[in-house]
Amino acid sequence: MTDYLIKGASVLGGEPRDVLLREGLIADGSSSGAEVVDADGLVMLPGLVDLHTHLREPGREDAETVETGTRAAAMGGFTAVHAMANTEPVADTAGVVEQVWRLGTEAGYCDVQPVGAVTVGLAGERLAELGAMADSAARVRVFSDDGKCVSDPVLMRRALEYVKAFDGVVAQHAQEPRLTEDAQMNEGELSGRLGLRGWPAVAEESIIARDCLLAAHVGSRLHVCHVSTAGSVEIVRWAKSKGWPVTAEVCPHHLLLTDELAASYDPIFKVNPPLRSATDVEALRAGLADGTIDVVATDHAPHPHEDKDCEWQAAAFGMLGLETALSIVQTTMVDAGLLDWAGVAERMSTTPARIGRLAGQGRPLEVGEPANVVLYDPSVSRVVDASELASLSRNTPYAGMELPGRVVATFLRGRPTVLDGKLC
Amino acid sequence: MTVQPEPVTGNRTVLDSEAVSRSLTRIAHEILERNKGPHDLVLLGIPSRGVPLAQRIAAKLAEVEGTEVPVGSLDVTMYRDDLRMRPARTLLPTQIPPGGIDGRTVVLVDDVLFSGRTIRAALDAMNDVGRPESVQLAVLVDRGHRQLPIRADFVGKNLPTSLVEQVAVRLNETDDQEGVFIK
Amino acid sequence: MKKHLLSAADLSRDDAELVLATAEELRSLADRPIKKLPALRGRTVVNLFFEDSTRTRISFEAAAKRLSADVINFSAKGSSLSKGESLKDTALTLEAMGADAVVVRHWASGAPHLLAHAGWARSSVVNAGDGTHEHPTQALLDAFTMTRHLGSLDGRRVAIVGDVLHSRVARSNALLLTTLGAEVTLVAPPTLLPYGVEGWGVETSYDLDAVLPKADVLMMLRVQRERMNAAFFPSVREYSRRYGVDARRMATLQDHTIVMHPGPMIRGMEISADVADSERSVIVEQVTNGVAVRMAVLYLLLGGSQPAIGGDDA
Repeated sequence: MTDYLIKGASVLGGEPRDVLLREGLIADGSSSGAEVVDADGLVMLPGLVDLHTHLREPGREDAETVETGTRAAAMGGFTAVHAMANTEPVADTAGVVEQVWRLGTEAGYCDVQPVGAVTVGLAGERLAELGAMADSAARVRVFSDDGKCVSDPVLMRRALEYVKAFDGVVAQHAQEPRLTEDAQMNEGELSGRLGLRGWPAVAEESIIARDCLLAAHVGSRLHVCHVSTAGSVEIVRWAKSKGWPVTAEVCPHHLLLTDELAASYDPIFKVNPPLRSATDVEALRAGLADGTIDVVATDHAPHPHEDKDCEWQAAAFGMLGLETALSIVQTTMVDAGLLDWAGVAERMSTTPARIGRLAGQGRPLEVGEPANVVLYDPSVSRVVDASELASLSRNTPYAGMELPGRVVATFLRGRPTVLDGKLC
Repeated sequence: MTVQPEPVTGNRTVLDSEAVSRSLTRIAHEILERNKGPHDLVLLGIPSRGVPLAQRIAAKLAEVEGTEVPVGSLDVTMYRDDLRMRPARTLLPTQIPPGGIDGRTVVLVDDVLFSGRTIRAALDAMNDVGRPESVQLAVLVDRGHRQLPIRADFVGKNLPTSLVEQVAVRLNETDDQEGVFIK
Repeated sequence: MKKHLLSAADLSRDDAELVLATAEELRSLADRPIKKLPALRGRTVVNLFFEDSTRTRISFEAAAKRLSADVINFSAKGSSLSKGESLKDTALTLEAMGADAVVVRHWASGAPHLLAHAGWARSSVVNAGDGTHEHPTQALLDAFTMTRHLGSLDGRRVAIVGDVLHSRVARSNALLLTTLGAEVTLVAPPTLLPYGVEGWGVETSYDLDAVLPKADVLMMLRVQRERMNAAFFPSVREYSRRYGVDARRMATLQDHTIVMHPGPMIRGMEISADVADSERSVIVEQVTNGVAVRMAVLYLLLGGSQPAIGGDDA
């Protein structure tokens, strides 16, 4: 195995120093024989960990596969992703989660940690075999019906309680189903004008409030997926002030884009939860900065062209995120002075790994730790070209947009998955 | 949306308001003479300036004969052969007198006869309105340069022009100015 | 270059007045022996209907034929084309057939916008009603009908009553009538007013009786009975009592006030039969005017070398 001497990297944005990657670990001592990587001007972060990725395999290999999705992850600086359970078949059994986990291992671009479904078939009716998934080779710790909300309060309570047995966490897709029937975009003045069914903030906030209370009541960990409204931030802030075991994530697109984009009727901007107002964006940034929101998660949601090249109402929800996440966080948080690189490392690596109970990920950049690192050049900028993405799908909302930064190299346990900005 | 034309200044006056009036009087008499009276006549002005000219001729006919000759207007916009060559143009009024034109003698009235294309369009437009017994043409000015085999039956003034010259007719009803000018 | 009519917001006041003036000239065509003009000879207009609307389709068909256009009717309803790529495939087909204009009715809000801007086809797109978004030619014919009765709409008070939330007619009318200087009041139970309607630049009211005496135009919208099941109102009877127009309410109108309805009406629900058939009712005239207004729109978009009205072709 080749050793790498990374020269002059700004570790977590600090003073430049050299970092030796040997035998899969961050090492010290002699660097003789190591391949030198010039990291002058580059920021070194621990390999990013995504708590919320849709790899689409099994079932929708026309949108993404574990292999293409993890290639996209590596290009985005990720060394681990949590693969959401809404595949076909649904990842609601030990068999399916082990298959996804094995596919990830075979692809080798990053660790693939399957998320297990909370309910059988995501139907919201009865619990899936959570324990069997936890005990499987995939060692599932995060459970989510993402795409659907566990709206039944009794079922949600039971799920929260049940996963305590194996230190699991329920990641809730907070969307009150009756309030969002056929909903198409954020409910506001614009939805009324455009004649698109509104998706009220309260549909998200009411579920989050309920779940925080439930989590407190039964003493279980709750993770709130893709928080998108100012009110949600307030509720999470309140729950945390009580010392309740609640964590929350925000997606890059919710930190940058607003519902105004729906006026184009271009379904590339159709996403669940929907793009919200500029006020919400502001509150999400502030919440991420002050720690109310713990992590940035991509909700990378690939869709084939035909599912987006149609009427807004007929189009699929979701947008790509892995390959642009760090750039969006740089432009919305770092360049805006809201977060330093250490803060980025915490929110995109350390904390998501801790919430997911991922061993060997999100570790400090210290000698003896696994050599999961990313080198990032924040000084360059690029115009996003959808055709150049590693993902199998092309549904990025940033096409044609100029974004700062570029992932130069990603190392997974000392082995480069990306070098010189190219996949290895 | 109809843009008022600039008043004509500093150009050669071909007909002043009195001359215009005399021309129309003469045309009215010629119409009566040719048609042996005002019976079965209908005057159709081509908008915009053909319409007030037709009304003035009708007034003169009434003075002479004491009978009202029906006057209408016939818009030719949609029948022009250059319709597709310019942005869609505002339509102008078409008003066919209550008795219609079937079996009548229609006198088309326009301000200037030039290439003849407007009159061709008018003949087509009239075809969709009815079937006159005969059609005659009265114009205030004939400036020559015909591109189609069309001639006027009644002409206020024959005005030999070069193609670079512009002939402008101005009428009080449409322009707050009166006369025929060349520039 | 202007090319499409997707929203009433695409029309400036000059544009709208040009359409109305053109329609005024074209309306007289109905009284002539030959109801045909040659302006669109050789042009192809496709009526692309993803949703049933015989009335609107016939109106556009008559308008296009009276202008001598070739008309192709394409009904996508009831076929396997229901969603997904069908709109795109259909657009490519129409493009291949050389359509100069596509008149599109669609169940999805924004579908005409997509057809105009997705780069699938080069033809002009006329929105004939999309989802709960807009129906700009309906608004134009309504405005045309109003001006024929009331003259200029400057300062005129128009009350639009009923299911504003689901009404594309209300949206287009609110935009167009405001452009033309009218004061619009939307009257509905709070459940049937769109969220954020405060930002539309129009008045709203929950009290029909307070609005009636001041209105110059009373426009009733259709209210579907099924809305009752979704708890928008408790019962047909209660809706009719609070927001329906009957002879008693009609008596509180000013003498010159006209009553309109975009159709199809539900007599006994939002409008009683004696109101619909009264002297004030211009509902039948709206249909007649629809043809003239749609002729005007097609002529102004397609008649010349370039359109004279409408939205930008970005």
